[in-house]
Amino acid sequence: MAEPTRIRAGMQGDKVLVRVLMTHEMESGQRKDADGKLIPAHFIREVSVKHNGKTVLSAQWGPAVSKNPFLQFTFVGGKPGDRIQVSWVDSRGDTRTDETTIG
Amino acid sequence: MSLRRRDVLKAGGVVTLAAMTGGLRPPAAAAQGWNQDAFSGKSLDAIVKALGGSGYTTTKDVSWGSTPDIAENGAAVQVAVASGVPRTQAIAIVIEKNPGPLAAHFEVPAGTDASIVTRFKMAQTSNVHAIVKADGKYLVSTREIRVTFGGCG
Repeated sequence: MAEPTRIRAGMQGDKVLVRVLMTHEMESGQRKDADGKLIPAHFIREVSVKHNGKTVLSAQWGPAVSKNPFLQFTFVGGKPGDRIQVSWVDSRGDTRTDETTIG
Repeated sequence: MSLRRRDVLKAGGVVTLAAMTGGLRPPAAAAQGWNQDAFSGKSLDAIVKALGGSGYTTTKDVSWGSTPDIAENGAAVQVAVASGVPRTQAIAIVIEKNPGPLAAHFEVPAGTDASIVTRFKMAQTSNVHAIVKADGKYLVSTREIRVTFGGCG
């Protein structure tokens, strides 16, 4: 249902730079629709990034993370061809996992 | 009437299940890793406590990289934080004047740089705190970001 997460992972010296762009409404629960009714909150709550199966970053998010969340970080110990996997779980329990290889 | 009864039955089922799977844990722990208490905390003190700290000290060892002083669009403010504190285990971002101040909490395993870039919604001009957990201690660095156009509501 949700659109794929775009992941870019590349070497930057001896480190791996990971950039992630997820597709999600990240509805805050603060906004109202045209009839003045609150739009229920719907946002990604948990994110994990794995390198060849080992967690390199895990996060818990609130509704303040922007729509279509962006995330960037670096880690050591990766090399070109290694797998990078990004998963999330949102406040409705929907999940999505996408994968790329270090370029 | 019958609908209510259904709800009561369901609620009963949930209680039984909770009792079976290890008992009367607080609601925060039951919410599958997502720290409900921290995300509903209204002050920096309350959030640090909910994250497991008893208090915090301020630090100058956090750099805010490309984080803007003035953000034109509160719907997506790019915040970059890098902790220079040795053995940083986690970084949390708290936007003081947002309806829910805790915005994100990152756990940084060994091998990953304690340096993260994310975009946040900001309701209005606010102090933004980075809470760094290192060696079990909690340290806070604060920066004000002015917002010209709010991104909530």
